[in-house]
Amino acid sequence: MSNAKLAKEFEKIVGAEGVLHTEADLHSYSYDSAVLDPAVPSLVIKPTTTAQLGPITKLCNENGLPLTVRGAGTNLSGGTIPHPGGIVVLTNGLNKILEINEEDLYAVVEPGVVTAQFAAEVAKRGLFYPPDPGSQAVSTLGGNVAENAGGLRGLKYGVTKDYVMGIDFFDVNGDLIKAGSRTVKCVTGYNLGGLMVASEGTLGVFSNIIFKLVPPPKASKAMMAVFDNIDKASETVSAIIANHIVPCTLELLDHVTIKYVEAFTKAGLPTEAQAILLIEVDGHPAEVADDAQKIVDICNKIGATSVRAAETAAERESLWFARRNALPALARARPTTVLEDATVPRSQIPAMIRGVNKIAEKYNISIGTFGHAGDGNLHPTILCDKRDEAEFHRVEEAVNEIFDVALSLKGTLSGEHGIGMAKSKWMIKETNQATLDYSLRMKKAIDPKGILNPGKIIEAS
Amino acid sequence: MSDVKKLAQQLMELDDQMVACMKCGMCQAVCPVFAETMQEADVTRGKIALLEKLAHELVKDPDQVNEKLNRCLLCGSCAANCPSGVNIMDIFIKARVIVTTYKGLSSAKKFIFKGLLTRPKLFNFLTDMSAKFQGPFEKVADEAAGTASCALLNPLLGERHFMPLAKRPFRKDYPSADTPRGTSGLKVAFFPGCVVDKMYPHVGHAAMDVLKYHGVGVFLPKGQACCGIPTLASGDQESFITLMKQNIKAFEEGNFDYLVTPCATCTSTIKETWIKMIEDENLVFIEKVKDLADKTMDITEFLVDVVGVTLPAEPKKSDRIVTYHDPCHLAKSLGVTEQPRALLKKSDKYEFKEMNEANRCCGCGGSFNLFHYDLSKSIGQRKADNVRAVGAEVVATSCPACMMQLGDMLSQSGGGIEVRHVLEIYADAIKK
Repeated sequence: MSNAKLAKEFEKIVGAEGVLHTEADLHSYSYDSAVLDPAVPSLVIKPTTTAQLGPITKLCNENGLPLTVRGAGTNLSGGTIPHPGGIVVLTNGLNKILEINEEDLYAVVEPGVVTAQFAAEVAKRGLFYPPDPGSQAVSTLGGNVAENAGGLRGLKYGVTKDYVMGIDFFDVNGDLIKAGSRTVKCVTGYNLGGLMVASEGTLGVFSNIIFKLVPPPKASKAMMAVFDNIDKASETVSAIIANHIVPCTLELLDHVTIKYVEAFTKAGLPTEAQAILLIEVDGHPAEVADDAQKIVDICNKIGATSVRAAETAAERESLWFARRNALPALARARPTTVLEDATVPRSQIPAMIRGVNKIAEKYNISIGTFGHAGDGNLHPTILCDKRDEAEFHRVEEAVNEIFDVALSLKGTLSGEHGIGMAKSKWMIKETNQATLDYSLRMKKAIDPKGILNPGKIIEAS
Repeated sequence: MSDVKKLAQQLMELDDQMVACMKCGMCQAVCPVFAETMQEADVTRGKIALLEKLAHELVKDPDQVNEKLNRCLLCGSCAANCPSGVNIMDIFIKARVIVTTYKGLSSAKKFIFKGLLTRPKLFNFLTDMSAKFQGPFEKVADEAAGTASCALLNPLLGERHFMPLAKRPFRKDYPSADTPRGTSGLKVAFFPGCVVDKMYPHVGHAAMDVLKYHGVGVFLPKGQACCGIPTLASGDQESFITLMKQNIKAFEEGNFDYLVTPCATCTSTIKETWIKMIEDENLVFIEKVKDLADKTMDITEFLVDVVGVTLPAEPKKSDRIVTYHDPCHLAKSLGVTEQPRALLKKSDKYEFKEMNEANRCCGCGGSFNLFHYDLSKSIGQRKADNVRAVGAEVVATSCPACMMQLGDMLSQSGGGIEVRHVLEIYADAIKK
């Protein structure tokens, strides 16, 4: 079918204003936050009701049109870069919070609801939705589920998958599939909802999502520990957990990051420090006070050069200031910022950071590492200029090696950003051929024409 | 076609600045236009992507990119929230200049900018004439906001509730001034700006009263022109520089410590934008522009930080509420937020109460309001709702352009709320 004819067919479903087709519109949906080449779709469709998603998907399937669902386009692995000439389906018109149930502690939302807005609505009712990806001010919940987004609270509260109770989604025939329920316990049938989490739009098009909510902690306390040796910082991370304390957040900034943050913020960070740990505990006030004291003791015992606990809200704020500025500070250093999320078991953090620093030296590139030390999820951040071909080639080589190091330490390719197009080619390194074949057979059975976000996760070209 | 190639080459000059955008999309969280349309091309990341693609000749149609480029209030919310610190305003303004130079100005804009704005005498004469003749055709729309409506002007102004031209512009009462330093030992140059001169002369009077009260000498030269921002926002760099030169000439005779304005937009234009737009000028001129920029200050900032107006010990309790709207050019470009609030808290008549989203753009955006009125209106409506929600009797601000927009929005949504400049409230307070 010609493009004009197709546009007419989509207009029947979503109305004329729901079909974008000018050159400028198409190009503005050709990229996401990943440092990858853009690809221009042939049409962009903006539904206003979740019911329209079924007919849209069916029409795509009937015409063999690749379909990429896009929320805010903040993902860092190319999951929302469309297939060239394919269809982009926008979810930001599907942004209703359908229910927040305070008695049974769950909420039902459409996929285009913005994460931070949802968390704020939940908080207004005295409840808590813990997942907090760095892009939460703009990212959508559908995208969070599709990428299984993480965040700073992963260590204690888990990631997006730990809050998904159910998902309704459309299959390629445009039929509504129902998975999960509003009950805490549900073992009805295959865990299809679980299958959707981290599927990056390759197995179904999400309609409504049911999320678990929890009561918020009553108190919290933040601390900063400074180390002259990264091993001591990592040992502290392990010791805190070995002492059966699970902080809600346990963040690490390495030497390079500290230097850039200080240069950018002049906040008075110790630039000679090899590592900083930012630690926050939350829960019952008595438990918080107790845990905080134990953490201070552990830090001192292992040899932190200083440990500071925030006594007031303003002090807490100033501690987190450094962490919040890690990315901005690094991003301003050079034109291009490649933010990776190689993740290792937490005992391997020193080995990982040593490995990253060696790679930086070998390829003569600048890498700052910060991230969620508590769950082993690090963000080696490469500072470069993608227009400098020679340099960018070295960056690509370096990224290859970073994943080799992570995998050699029994780590994973992606802690929270997803595989998308960026890491598809390494999937076999972490798994094996049988795993890929199994996944491909499943994909083929569910999506025989391969229209659902082709080229992502398991379909490295 | 070779023209498009030339356009692409010129846009490539912005490549160094544009490449810093890492497409993280955080601009989506704060862009008022995106909040209304939810379209990627309406948010900064999308606009930069399109400009990059035009520069690399991946996009062929400059008209489409130009249309998207102009759907921007230049409010700077994105720049203030950008993790990578991209110089977004510079990119957008320079891109508008490049595209306009390529496409040429519309004949209406050519007439207004080159024929009118750069000839202050003619401009003043015509607005004076209009002020004389407008009366019989206008209807009062809302007394509190001071707005009018006029069926005859509908083809031009739509359904707007506009601020009528003042019967007597500010410059009639103050054609020029040069008063000596008083008790403060300070002297300022005063730049009222076009909107204060022609629509809100009482704001200019309030400024003069306040400066006199604090013993500050005033230099007000003849021959001041528009600060130029309407021309530049439309991509007309030539007229912008003409206006800059007229102003530099007018102020160079004075002997003053600061240049103050009651207009957030004029302040940020003189302080930040003038110097960026100069090309191939002689060094003496550049020095003059820099010198004036260094001296330029918002008048509320001057009163609090230089003259030393202090906060009252006890916040006033009253059931008459005044709230404050942060003009983008003041809060986001210049970081001035506390000083106007401090002046409002001096009022003996009102209790100051913060409204929700006080620093969210009102949707005026200068000529954005003219070309995208529906969008401008829906953005402004949210502001009007926030003003009403706090129970304000008065909404004060520090930018006459915001005052026009607030007036229109409040007047159209039922009226009854006064729109005042911070200086007016403060001038009332010190008269007692």
